[in-house]
Amino acid sequence: MLMSRPLEPIALAWRVALGFSFFVLFVATWSIATLGGFVSKTFLADPITMVQDGWTLLTRFGFVADIAITISRVLGGFLIASIIAVPIGILMGAYKPVEAFFEPFVSFARYLPASAFIPLLILWAGIGETQKLLVIFIGSVFQIILMVAVSVGSTRRDLVEAAYTLGARDRGVVQRVLIPASAPDIAEILRLVLGWAWTYVIVAELIGSSSGIGHMIIDSQALLATGQMIFGIIVIGLIGLVSDFLFKMVNKKFFRWRLT
Amino acid sequence: MIDQIINTVPAFSTKAPAKLLVEGVSRQFSSGRGRAPIRALEPTDLAISENDFITILGPSGCGKSTLLRIVAGLAKPTAGRVLLGGRPVTGPGPDRGMVFQSYTLFPWLTVAENIAFGLRERGTPAKRRSEIVSAFVSKVGLSGFESHYPMQLSGGMQQRTAIARALANDPEILLLDEPFGALDNQTRGLMQELLLGIWERERKTVIFVTHDIEEAIFMASRVIVMTARPGRIKADIAVNLPHPRHYTIKTSPEFLRLKEQLTEEIRAEAVMAALEH
Repeated sequence: MLMSRPLEPIALAWRVALGFSFFVLFVATWSIATLGGFVSKTFLADPITMVQDGWTLLTRFGFVADIAITISRVLGGFLIASIIAVPIGILMGAYKPVEAFFEPFVSFARYLPASAFIPLLILWAGIGETQKLLVIFIGSVFQIILMVAVSVGSTRRDLVEAAYTLGARDRGVVQRVLIPASAPDIAEILRLVLGWAWTYVIVAELIGSSSGIGHMIIDSQALLATGQMIFGIIVIGLIGLVSDFLFKMVNKKFFRWRLT
Repeated sequence: MIDQIINTVPAFSTKAPAKLLVEGVSRQFSSGRGRAPIRALEPTDLAISENDFITILGPSGCGKSTLLRIVAGLAKPTAGRVLLGGRPVTGPGPDRGMVFQSYTLFPWLTVAENIAFGLRERGTPAKRRSEIVSAFVSKVGLSGFESHYPMQLSGGMQQRTAIARALANDPEILLLDEPFGALDNQTRGLMQELLLGIWERERKTVIFVTHDIEEAIFMASRVIVMTARPGRIKADIAVNLPHPRHYTIKTSPEFLRLKEQLTEEIRAEAVMAALEH
């Protein structure tokens, strides 16, 4: 690390080793702080207790079902948001009147904090699944619309001009130039927003819910079971890591032209 | 009224009827409130006969690209009009193939798919499409690279694909905007020979914009010299070098004489342009 120069690439093995070593350092610090008696067990469980608590959760309290329901909520809300937001974003990027119509409102709406909607959404939709999906939907939809619109709108003009001189019409330009040109960006935007959707679902589950990872965490708080809480948080992190990895794999496969 | 007069009076006494007519085309850009507009292109007349290879030579900022973009329909003239085969140009279309200076291959399509783009847009059946594509792949010497993506190609190969893509559409006229400007000297020489070879076989009508004097003479049957600020045509010089042209022609006395003449024409302009800044 110290021998490296700015922007100089490093070998894969070295890269993996460095990435892994920070996890080791993190757990080591945590172990010293807790097992060494520097931090009270009431406030922070040690790693061993955390793993034991996690095992109990998984084997005896059906935590797997909680994980499954949280994942399905995130995917559901995110999917609905994507299906609506991506086409609107593409239209906004391609057609300036559409952009002029939506852009000011969407720019305003994306600063509305999704978590602040939760009390209102509970009034409207109760504490069922609809409310959870709506929180994720509100949190994601405006972000996706705006970012997709920017990406499509910044398509290289010379590619569009080339398509016109080859006989493409407006529809052809949108379908066969603007969309494929920004497809990798759109995939990247979705990956990013999916990460944010995880935050919204947990917040939604912390307030008014009877299942899910967030619900387990708030339940554990009442029992001062910090080991369980930390286990829940780590599970969220791991799922995020896996979904990120899957997204990257899919992008790599679909957008080979960009990476080679 | 004026249109009628222009149409009825044979204004140009060229042997063949003009394929492309540029009539009083000018272009101004507004330069902000209260200031005089920038005259990118003075009213320009130009007649190009069928099968002609015209190069437009001029220093940067002389409006040569503007003129070409107006012919392509990618820019609107402030005044005047362009007629292709008697029909006025109103926007870009497949009858005017264009090769740009920047690399404009669609990066998500392979070489073959890029060449097939225009054919797909007009709905050519897949079988006919692949026949045309493979014919043009070999014409530009890219056999074996059909399924490569643009990112895997050198600049010269990308521009060869771009030329094939424009020609595969069988345009009435081929427009090239400094297509070899970003290539190194050796590659540029090879590309000139390749394009000229294709033209000698197929006799497309071509307008080729460049700032390179040698390139302008080597390729052309007519060199149009343009001047900067305001952009206008300064000279129209016939190049009567025999075809097929070999690169060795670049050292022939006739070639060198033309080069000297054009160098003088351009130099006076470049000096003036430099003094203005």
